[in-house]
Amino acid sequence: MAAASTATAPAADTPRFGALLRNRVLGKLLLLAVVAAVLVPIVNARWASGSWPHALTVDLTGPLGKTSDWIIDNRDSHPLFLYFFGHISNAVVVSVRGVYLVLLAAGWAGVTAAAGLIAWRVAGLKLAASAVVAILVCGWFGMWVPTMQTLALMIVAVLASVVLGMLLGLAAGLSDRTYRALRPVLDTMQVFPAYAYLLPVVLVFGIGVPAAVLATVVYAAPPMARLTALGLRGADGGVMEAVASLGATARQRLLTARLPLARKQLLLGLNQTIMMALSMAVIASVIGAGGLGDRVYQALASVDVGAALAAGIPIVLLAVILDRTTAAAGERLGAAEPDGRRLHGPYGWGVAAVLTVVVALVARLAGRIDWPDTWTVNIADPVNSAVDWMTDHLYSGVPYIGGTADWAGHFTTWVLDPLRDGLQWLPWWSVLLIVAALAWLIGTWRTAVTAVLAMAAIGVLGVWKPSLDTLSQVLAAVAVTLVVGFAVGIAAARSGRLERLLRPVLDVFQTMPQFVYLIPVVALFGVGRAPAVAAAVVYALPAVIRITTQGLREVDGAAMESARSMGATSGQQLRQVQLPLARPALLLAVNQGVVLVLAVVIIGGLVGGGALGYEVVFGLAQGDLATGLVGGAAIVCLGLMLDRVTQPTERRAKKGA
Amino acid sequence: MGLAAAGTLLVATGCGAADMTKQSSPYANAQGAKTVTLSVQSWVGAQSNIAVAEYLLKHELGYRVDTVQVDEVPAWDALSQGRVDAIMEDWGHPDQEQRYVKDKKTIVKGGDLGVTGHIGWFVPTYFAKQHPDVTDWKNLNKYASQLRTPESGGKGQLLDGSPSYVTNDKALVDNLKLKYQVVFSGSEAAQITQIKQFAKAKKPFLTYWYQPQWLFKKVPMTEVKLPAYKDGCDADPKKVACAYPKTPLQKYLNADFSKNGGKAAAFLKNFKWTTEDQNEVSLLIADQKLSPDEAAKKWIDEHESTWRSWLPK
Repeated sequence: MAAASTATAPAADTPRFGALLRNRVLGKLLLLAVVAAVLVPIVNARWASGSWPHALTVDLTGPLGKTSDWIIDNRDSHPLFLYFFGHISNAVVVSVRGVYLVLLAAGWAGVTAAAGLIAWRVAGLKLAASAVVAILVCGWFGMWVPTMQTLALMIVAVLASVVLGMLLGLAAGLSDRTYRALRPVLDTMQVFPAYAYLLPVVLVFGIGVPAAVLATVVYAAPPMARLTALGLRGADGGVMEAVASLGATARQRLLTARLPLARKQLLLGLNQTIMMALSMAVIASVIGAGGLGDRVYQALASVDVGAALAAGIPIVLLAVILDRTTAAAGERLGAAEPDGRRLHGPYGWGVAAVLTVVVALVARLAGRIDWPDTWTVNIADPVNSAVDWMTDHLYSGVPYIGGTADWAGHFTTWVLDPLRDGLQWLPWWSVLLIVAALAWLIGTWRTAVTAVLAMAAIGVLGVWKPSLDTLSQVLAAVAVTLVVGFAVGIAAARSGRLERLLRPVLDVFQTMPQFVYLIPVVALFGVGRAPAVAAAVVYALPAVIRITTQGLREVDGAAMESARSMGATSGQQLRQVQLPLARPALLLAVNQGVVLVLAVVIIGGLVGGGALGYEVVFGLAQGDLATGLVGGAAIVCLGLMLDRVTQPTERRAKKGA
Repeated sequence: MGLAAAGTLLVATGCGAADMTKQSSPYANAQGAKTVTLSVQSWVGAQSNIAVAEYLLKHELGYRVDTVQVDEVPAWDALSQGRVDAIMEDWGHPDQEQRYVKDKKTIVKGGDLGVTGHIGWFVPTYFAKQHPDVTDWKNLNKYASQLRTPESGGKGQLLDGSPSYVTNDKALVDNLKLKYQVVFSGSEAAQITQIKQFAKAKKPFLTYWYQPQWLFKKVPMTEVKLPAYKDGCDADPKKVACAYPKTPLQKYLNADFSKNGGKAAAFLKNFKWTTEDQNEVSLLIADQKLSPDEAAKKWIDEHESTWRSWLPK
């Protein structure tokens, strides 16, 4: 009887809550309808056109083009450049060069030893072994020098991001006003596709390492700032009170209580910053970052999937090692006192440093500074034959099911085209209305206003049509991602074995550079929007699957137990208990899916995705920064709109990628 | 060490003006090696130039060579800033030439590459043999329905390449009143993959393509005649209604590098080969999947008389 009563309580609650919800929904819709009934006839009478009215656009290409020309003409003479940007650029060049020279001087043995010892110090023996293996594999694939270049760029970018992020975080953590001002900015920066950051820095600094490092810093600093602020603000009131009552000064309070208490958040911030810096360092090869990303980019130019993988695998290894090491460091903090067997404190670090120097010196004396040429393996050929086989046998003419190219064709004709034409056919004001309604229903009136303004900004920029084209690709990709992601996520939540099987696969897929996905999808699906959508789906799936699985797993055990004791079948449990209770997680999955899909659909401009992504690629490729910047701004607005429309009232800090 | 690094940083950037157009790549000249930084464009022909130049610079002249992949127009900017030392193959960029070579004098000409480039519209030869009249643009509309794809909607598809390439195709299609849709594949890699797949299925296609290009050896293609090129007929990009010109491809060097680059600069100025030479190397790279380094070595072993004359005395 007791079990029955616990189970009926929520059931009795649901209709009441549902009615309330429906009323609120109805209320919102009614209000919107009233607003629309007043406004639409007015705007329609004034600017009657299906697409965004031309009278309401502002052409920015002229002024932007002039700015770009002015910068190129004055870059070597104007004081702003000589005394400000010039120094920034120089500082970046000098520091990256310094780190690079140190890495080269340490030689492969020294770097490997250092990596192993650092990993051992912060994360234990197991990770140290993996770190050593990972670094050796980079050399084994013949990627030693590019790996060091990427590492040098990463080290500088991550340090700068951490310093910048901590400063911003400190300001926001200590002052409420700064926090309120910064938070929406930081939140928003996290949803922008990485590609949108490239153009502004190229405009000022030109192609090259300085631009790449700065883009990386701007992209990677926000998580550090956010988490620093969160950590500082989350300090336990009791502890702070106690410290204050002991007569500590504000400075002492910060250094001895607040910062140490926030260590966990700080390390999480470091982890996210490193991961984002790595993904950006790869994409920044488009603006001359060099290193591993550049190898991937060059290999793609000659359709060489094998060579792209040879550079892609080191990136993945670096990512996995960096991620695990920083994550392990964070977990250890909370753990019990370290046992006496391990060397700890400064003494352990001393041993690590001395060992590194010794190894580097031995290698130097043995004349083995550079990675030996004979110790490399060529993985490109076998990979390429595998890819060729796939293309030969799966592309078209497979009996009964048709080939991948046929699927891509059908997908384009029956899904993408109608969706795009439908969106472009809708009158512009109705698009705004739909955006407003969706954002308001899922979120608050604030998110709705931001979403509508962002969408309107796209129209004002004069890229309404290409933006809707991009939007149609995003919607199609998100639909596929969610169907597949939820299905796999549910399956993984119900079977521990499947989850364990999936975990490493998801890890690898989440850290792969987006570039590497592009060529196999072209091989399978041809050129056009379908491969762009396919790449986006593959890229966004891991995050969606992971969030879904976690959400379902975290559903209260008692609720499940009572449902089971009521005799609910496993399908009923899933539909009526697990899924409704996991609703916040599912909404978060949708939100993440949308953000990640957009990031890759944009890069899909490189494989014929067209639309906004193509404008940015075109802008970068032709040095026509005006076109690129307008495209980039539209991408930002689109990202903002999509994020706000799918944003549940409460948002979480973590970014999936 | 952190302090020392910060110290150097301060000394290096502390005071006075810093001209960012005179800052080279941080990876240049590491460990006292003399380094040359070359810009590689995304097409394979350009990779062949670089591969051979790189091999000779390394093994004959003792330089360390860095390569950076940059698109054509941004490469001019990078060249003017000294972030790359040379562009080995340029397809004609009059605006940039005016700005950097004539006005700012930060870039100097490096002479002919010896290869002549030509852009045009091509159909596969197997299709041209069945329908000989497709090679005249006037008959293209007849074939539009056969060249339809899902991407081109109701019209025929004209497959275009990387956004960085010189193209008038959209204007051409409009001005010649062709029932075609220009579909940008977004990168050359994507375009080549697509062409190969069409060829494998023996399907007809119409594509923007250029010579010299190794792909002609794998997929024979026949050019479609467009209205003949006359000087100045492509002056207004919106009104172009004529074919693309034949361009002798040019080398360009950073002005400082050209003066102070020593043997490397002299060598790059002397570098001159033929379309056949370039294609030979390109085919080794893109089709036999040799690494650029191996491909260059193979060509160099067989053509000593050609490259001997490039080496400065």
